[in-house]
Amino acid sequence: MSSIVSRLRRKREEAPLEARPFDLLCLTAAVVLVLHAMQLPPWLDAPLAVVLALRWWQRRRKPGRAPVYLKLPLVVLLAATVIFHYGNIFGREPGSALAVGLLVLKLLETETPRDAKVAVAFACFTLMAALLSDQGMVATFVVSLGLLPAVASMRALQPARLPTSLRRELLPAFGLLLAALPLSLLAFVLVPRLDSPLWGAPPSGQARTGLSEGMSPGDFVDLLTDNHPALRASFDSEPPAPAQRYFRAYVMWHYDGRRWSTLPTGRQPVPVEYRDSIGYRISLEPTNQRILPALDVPLSAPGNAILGTDRAITSTKPVQDPLTYELRSALSYRLQPELDESSRRRALQLPAEFNPRTLELAGQWRRTFAGRDDLIVKAALALFHEGGFSYTLAPAPLGRDAVDDFLFSTHEGFCEHYASAFTVLMRAAGVPARVVTGYQGGYWNKLGQYLLVRQSDAHAWSEVWLDGRGWIRVDPTAAVRPERVSLGAAAAAAAGQSEWQGIAWLREMRNRWDVVNRWWNEGVIGFDALRQRGLLTPFGVRNTDTTTLSVLLAASSVAFAVIGLIWALWRRRDEDPLRAALRTLERRLAKAGVARRSSEGPQHYLQRAARALPGQREQLDQLMRSYLDLRYAHQTPPPEPLRRFRRAVRDFRPRHVVK
Amino acid sequence: MAMAVAETYRRVQQWAERRLPALTRYRRPESLPIELHRRRIYIVPSGFGAAFGVLLLIMLAGALNYANNAALLLTCLLAAACVSSMLVAFRTLDGLRLSAIQAGHAIAGEPLALQLHVEAGVRLRQAIRVELDSQTHAFAIPAHETLAVEVPLPTEHRGWQPLPRIQLWTSWPLGLFRAWSWLYPEMSVLVWPRPEAAGPPPRSPTDDPIHQRLHHGDDLAALRDYRAGDPQRRIAWKASARHEGLLVKDFEQPRPRLEWRLDWRDLRHLDSESRIARLARWLGEAEARGVPSSLWLPGEEIAHGAGPAHYARCMNALAKLP
Repeated sequence: MSSIVSRLRRKREEAPLEARPFDLLCLTAAVVLVLHAMQLPPWLDAPLAVVLALRWWQRRRKPGRAPVYLKLPLVVLLAATVIFHYGNIFGREPGSALAVGLLVLKLLETETPRDAKVAVAFACFTLMAALLSDQGMVATFVVSLGLLPAVASMRALQPARLPTSLRRELLPAFGLLLAALPLSLLAFVLVPRLDSPLWGAPPSGQARTGLSEGMSPGDFVDLLTDNHPALRASFDSEPPAPAQRYFRAYVMWHYDGRRWSTLPTGRQPVPVEYRDSIGYRISLEPTNQRILPALDVPLSAPGNAILGTDRAITSTKPVQDPLTYELRSALSYRLQPELDESSRRRALQLPAEFNPRTLELAGQWRRTFAGRDDLIVKAALALFHEGGFSYTLAPAPLGRDAVDDFLFSTHEGFCEHYASAFTVLMRAAGVPARVVTGYQGGYWNKLGQYLLVRQSDAHAWSEVWLDGRGWIRVDPTAAVRPERVSLGAAAAAAAGQSEWQGIAWLREMRNRWDVVNRWWNEGVIGFDALRQRGLLTPFGVRNTDTTTLSVLLAASSVAFAVIGLIWALWRRRDEDPLRAALRTLERRLAKAGVARRSSEGPQHYLQRAARALPGQREQLDQLMRSYLDLRYAHQTPPPEPLRRFRRAVRDFRPRHVVK
Repeated sequence: MAMAVAETYRRVQQWAERRLPALTRYRRPESLPIELHRRRIYIVPSGFGAAFGVLLLIMLAGALNYANNAALLLTCLLAAACVSSMLVAFRTLDGLRLSAIQAGHAIAGEPLALQLHVEAGVRLRQAIRVELDSQTHAFAIPAHETLAVEVPLPTEHRGWQPLPRIQLWTSWPLGLFRAWSWLYPEMSVLVWPRPEAAGPPPRSPTDDPIHQRLHHGDDLAALRDYRAGDPQRRIAWKASARHEGLLVKDFEQPRPRLEWRLDWRDLRHLDSESRIARLARWLGEAEARGVPSSLWLPGEEIAHGAGPAHYARCMNALAKLP
């Protein structure tokens, strides 16, 4: 009757927390802090680490809660810091920062097992929050390992354990997680996904490098040195030739003398005539942009996206998580055979009173070639090819008349300089032209059979409209440095510099390793409601709905429960080797027709067996004597005779009873 | 408030025992050794386990809402680990054996030291708690070893006291599940009577000269059968002639000068419990001073002696009085 009352009383008089669980708890908090370190502002990271270290040191010396006049200001300070930095307390980033801070502050008042339990549970939650910003395979693996100290802390909270070292505390936790892995994978596959979020997922404010809607000199430098994957493309048939691997993103019409920018696009794509097309699938890394790069030139848009007038594909919402889409593109095509007047006007637009020398050169070409647009294009490419131009990622800065400076004095630059200068030249010479940015090239991963395109493969090129041929892609950079198209920006910039050669194998290895990242992105991160519905397609079920999933989940949980119960109920039958050996002997004799009766002792039984098997009488007598000797002459059977007895039993083969 | 909660709890428990025979199957006394097995081990989530479950649900909802599969995977991993810990909790108790119970001595009202001999069997057992009368003691046993767990048992009255139900439980490994089993060993312990706080000393032997004389000297007391080593001059030849074997004259040993003869009959003016309490006090004093004592009780007479064994015998006899 009084058990509940006494239990309540006991809870109040709870024993203080021991040193070991507290150490593990501090380790857990430290791991959480490290995992969040990249996301948190450094001036929040460092103080939290200091507070944690101080608290650990303080409790080692003398246990005791931090006083309220210390705790309360710290909590207020934390909240104020988060609001000051993020302007908000809700949402992924500020929420994570607040949670990490609160976890560290919770340790200040952790003095009883009860406090410790609350802290551990909260730590698990903050660990998960670390995955909200980075879903990568490595991040997931590391965060999962972060569960180890948390689980170990929970174990350490139990009373009366055999003493172990701090390192060995983590080992059983690892075993538990490992044993739980199959069940968790099953649950992962079968837990029904939501078609639409229950509550609004606030947009991530994180800045990512990537293509943008505008292009001004120097914009691409960050991109061209960024080696993160931008997209991966796998093709239904053979991949296109390297010279055709142009992924179109933004089409830029407007030039203000410095910056190229896009114009508002319509929803009616311009017509395209093509002979053959190629089907492929692109997995796009998060960009925070709405543009979906597509192989030049796409024929249609995937769901939730619009094919714009210039055949650039725009998604309805910014891409914040890895996105996979399927497309068809034409590789040899005639884009917009008829150019309407307004388009022509826009494709010839130039800012007034800029680049006079360029205009003069273009005017000269126009007179020379008298309306032969294709010859003008050739002349411009010849200029780039033979005019002493060089490719570099660190060009000299350009002045107000950027194109003049580039064409007539600096002679160095990278794709955006060439594309910009070429387009201005064309427009000045009366050839409709525009700038297109996107990605070019990529690494063909043989193992994974896909094309890996990195941010450093970002590229800018031009399109000119020629009568009867439509918009033609012209890549002036290729005229200067053909390696840019075949090898990539870094290789092109570094050609002839030996230091790059040394780490070529490293690049190669990283490109090969990417196959794992792709598998993770597509198989794990991209496993959404849609893919889940197709889960049972190999088994003939077209559309796996939530009910089926739930039934599957329940059924397989039961299966796992059975496996678990078998494990839990399984007992090692007999740990006494002597008895086990005798049991083996009994089994063999029973097969030969001499089963031991329940009333028989070993001596009696083996004597009877010897009588029943006269051919093996001596052997059985010997076995009986050694058994009796081992069992009754010693407290514990001596190892060497025991081994001999077991070998004798193993070698004993009864011949069948002669009746 | 607390009383009302306790009352409700008791009612629910009573109802459950009446309604769920499985719960009460092992609530009858049984003989030792008792081995725990699947039919008598129960598991429910602990309070912390329930709270942790709610947390897992929140994590699940968050991961699903943000369509974050990495977080979902982590949540699934943690949840699966928690569920697996239930099996570990079961295995911690499964196969545990209570092989013997050793009871110490205690006078009524004071805790009696019980030693539960628990065998670990094939695996290591950690964080097992034995709960007896709302007192909990935790212990761990390495595999293949036996541990004597000492538990105090509260006592109230003298005499035979049956052991109460003992609960063995564990929340190993993570504290999320509580696995328990009831042990109801068919065994009683003997509780000694509580000595009275103060009272008169026993009558000194010198007060009784007749009695002293009667037992003094080398007077012939009885004849008994010959045992190897008896001196020849002690043999009663005449008596032996009338008997099958040899008989030997037995003489009273000379008594030490000081001894206490404690007699139930000398305390007629008291009721029986008071008599017992007084005799218990005298026995305690005799034991403390090292004075030999003898005890006469209705139905049992204990010859004089001294030492802990003698004291225990006398106290047991007192405890067993109706």
